[in-house]
Amino acid sequence: MQWEIVIGLEVHAQLSTNTKIFSGASTAFGAEPNTQADAVSLALPGVLPVLNKGAVERAIKFGLATGAHIAPRSVFARKNYFYPDLPKGYQISQFDLPVVGQGALTIQVEPLSGNAKPYEKTVRITRAHLEEDAGKSLHADFHGMTGIDLNRAGTPLLEIVSEPDMRSAAEAVAYAKALHTLVRWIGICDGNMQEGSFRCDVNVSVRKPGGELGTRREIKNLNSFKFMQQAIDYEVQWQIDTIENGGKVQQATILFNPDTGETRAMRSKEDAHDYRYFPDPDLLPLEISPEWIEQMRATLPELPQTKQARYVNEFGLSAYDASVLTSSREMADFFEAALGDAAAQAKICANWIIGEVSAQLNRDGLDMAQCPITAQQLGGMLARIADGTISNSGAKDVFRTMWAEGGDADAIIETKGLKQVSDSGAIEALVDEIIAANADKVAEYRSGKDKLFGFFVGLAMKASKGKANPAQLNDILKQKLAG
Amino acid sequence: MFESSLKQLGDALRAKKISSVELTQLYLDRIAQLNPGLNAYVTLNTEASLAQAKAADAMLAGGDAQAMTGIPVAQKDIFCAKGWRTTCGSKMLDNFVAPYDAHVIEQFNRAGAINLGKTNMDEFAMGSSNETSYFGAVKNPWDNARVPGGSSGGTAAAVAARLCAAATGTDTGGSIRQPAALCGISGLKPTYGVVSRYGMIAFASSLDQAGPMGRCAEDLALMMNTMAGFDERDSTSLQRDKEDYARDLDKPLNGLRIGLPKEFFAEGLGSDVAKAVEAAIAEYKKLGATVVEISLPNTRLSIPVYYVLAPAEASSNLSRFDGVRYGYRAPDYTDLADMYEKSRAQGFGAEVKRRIMIGTYVLSHGYYDAYYIQAQKIRRLIAQDFVEAYKHCDVIMGPTSPSTAFKLGEKGDDPVQMYLSDIYTIAVNLAGLPGMSIPCGFGDNDMPVGLQIIGNYFDEARMLNVAHQYQLATDWHSRAPQI
Repeated sequence: MQWEIVIGLEVHAQLSTNTKIFSGASTAFGAEPNTQADAVSLALPGVLPVLNKGAVERAIKFGLATGAHIAPRSVFARKNYFYPDLPKGYQISQFDLPVVGQGALTIQVEPLSGNAKPYEKTVRITRAHLEEDAGKSLHADFHGMTGIDLNRAGTPLLEIVSEPDMRSAAEAVAYAKALHTLVRWIGICDGNMQEGSFRCDVNVSVRKPGGELGTRREIKNLNSFKFMQQAIDYEVQWQIDTIENGGKVQQATILFNPDTGETRAMRSKEDAHDYRYFPDPDLLPLEISPEWIEQMRATLPELPQTKQARYVNEFGLSAYDASVLTSSREMADFFEAALGDAAAQAKICANWIIGEVSAQLNRDGLDMAQCPITAQQLGGMLARIADGTISNSGAKDVFRTMWAEGGDADAIIETKGLKQVSDSGAIEALVDEIIAANADKVAEYRSGKDKLFGFFVGLAMKASKGKANPAQLNDILKQKLAG
Repeated sequence: MFESSLKQLGDALRAKKISSVELTQLYLDRIAQLNPGLNAYVTLNTEASLAQAKAADAMLAGGDAQAMTGIPVAQKDIFCAKGWRTTCGSKMLDNFVAPYDAHVIEQFNRAGAINLGKTNMDEFAMGSSNETSYFGAVKNPWDNARVPGGSSGGTAAAVAARLCAAATGTDTGGSIRQPAALCGISGLKPTYGVVSRYGMIAFASSLDQAGPMGRCAEDLALMMNTMAGFDERDSTSLQRDKEDYARDLDKPLNGLRIGLPKEFFAEGLGSDVAKAVEAAIAEYKKLGATVVEISLPNTRLSIPVYYVLAPAEASSNLSRFDGVRYGYRAPDYTDLADMYEKSRAQGFGAEVKRRIMIGTYVLSHGYYDAYYIQAQKIRRLIAQDFVEAYKHCDVIMGPTSPSTAFKLGEKGDDPVQMYLSDIYTIAVNLAGLPGMSIPCGFGDNDMPVGLQIIGNYFDEARMLNVAHQYQLATDWHSRAPQI
């Protein structure tokens, strides 16, 4: 039987503010336990929350970047439950009135099966709301006890909830990646998944195509795209097997174990909390004026999708190249800085970045921000290719040197003597010598053996030590051989 | 000296007729003598008080003294004061020493006032008789067999017995006005948001408001000048220009329109209380005021509304008292849930538990709309009643409490009877209006009767003027109990 997979995501993006969402305590990662727990983080008696404007600004930016409605008035609510790392006994979140309403994100999906073609899909975003993170319970170092670290308590989060629009693990991963790119692109989240700055909960169900939605299970806290892929694959198979063997899927919260590659139920719906949400009386409703929204809009960079379209229309790049170049803001910035105003070189510039630069970064385990050569240096080299100073093979030489030792293209060309010969007199002299020395082959060529042309090119290149301008050499050779 | 007004004390201090250390010591001696019988204070810190007095004397010597410099003020034990045990009347916080100052405490410290001690109160301000305090009931200085009212009962008794020059209280449903009435002193609950709640242990955040309690309206005005003002650490604090609450004290009352809500003089009001209040109204007419009958038709709903909303907020506010980080933790427990249950079962008293259970119930899934949402709607109707009423009058007057002080233990077994003693005060909190109580005579049992004055939003200065003019014409406020 055929099954349709239905997936929705809830992503917690940690907002990149210096201080917590409701207090002035630092949000820096990795400090000694509880050194960033101020009176508010500890929920001392009598303390009150004060909203961090920076967190709201980031939420507005996200809403604008996904074409969403920004609520002129939204409300913070208390989500009540007891847990040792939840110091107030409630989490301040948003419930029925979130700051960001319905939006959407268009993604490029690359199917996993080899022969299917990449395609575009728009995923609807239900809402995004502001909330505070909890602290951490530490079980390892305390025999028979639990340690509590409240450094993370009160860190601002934007919870981004999608509609159940995804129909495969590939689509879910593509959406998560696009979201990951976007939040870093607009500078609202550092996207560091190891440090928990970008965490995904995945709701998975299966159904007969077009039928009623099946019962979903929620895979919590996935912090890598690889694990997300594996977890969904395992979970989908588990649900299909369960149903096909006559069983029923029960709504549950589950965890993925990367070591076994399996999912396991954490709690069932029966254990679900009654969170007793109600508006937090310590905080006024959050009011956002149209002016504030416009101010935020003015700070937004050109978004990846807009850039992609522009690269295709303005520079004639392929959709694929444009999407690779806009996979991160660093990559796009590097491309644009390397290209400068030499729009005609866009294709070759793109090829170098997607090809040599990316390959070298991969080999050296670096990311774009750590690239040892600057965009200006690459641009300088491309200019020398364009004006014929160096050949493509010469450029590869320049690039390797630049990568390993630094320096500008011009200096490298100079010291390594890579400048190609474009002096037609010098090339003609060289060609004349070759014709004179190979009279037999010339005769063969002239009698119709065209294939010998390559032989003459090779000889001439060798004689010029690879520096002859290939186009010029071709012209002169053709002319002289024709007699 | 114990009968002097704050202004007289301030003048004496600035004229060096007495030092702050001498004045503070006089009060400390009187407390040592009389407090054991009254139980008005739960914590004294003689050393800290005298150190403050010494510093105040230095300020006085340096000529930079303000109105409150050197004056001993008692603080309700709901305000966190750095280095002081701050219990909120609960076993839960029996061992809690506050590491920071509440805004109110900060304001008094800045003004050079002396923190004379922390006053007893109903546990977490939940009560109308001061009998729910973990530290034992407070006795009414007029009759030790009777209650002082609550929840600011310790403060009211301390002021009435001249165990401080003035003191602070908090009022969520009448907790300043009702004990002021029952102890024959003056007390003001300001407009919600005028005094910062920062550092004041929360009972019901949308209703809690701190205010002054003292011997006369003139004293309250000086106290307000110290306590009021915008504080960015409380998001519900109102950003308004600093005002002098004493500015209108001397204005005549010609043309003052007094609204008398017919609902306040109906069934349930003690005839002796009615007589004293009517006499006070007659006095106001002599002072040039006119009287108009008004109606507050939804007042009858204020108790049920209050006992939905206040417990709802309290159930959440008190979740932080979980034994994890500070406060009481049960000595023996088997696991986390057991620790929560035992710590809270042992740490909270019966009235607090009752309200936590009511609050948890009304916020629960399936009941929220019927109770919490409905109560919020009626709350708006109650506020609207006042808006209508103020179209016809400048201030509203009536009894503060339906009866004079009742006997200790008299209403202990019947919470609803106890709740009804706040029938005239609760609507004021629900509407966020300012309200005060001033002494206006004695009832059949020779216990004091309070006249309630309810003002429009931000009309505190006007109300103090209205009270002060009455106190110039009468001497009820200067009657003191024989101890």
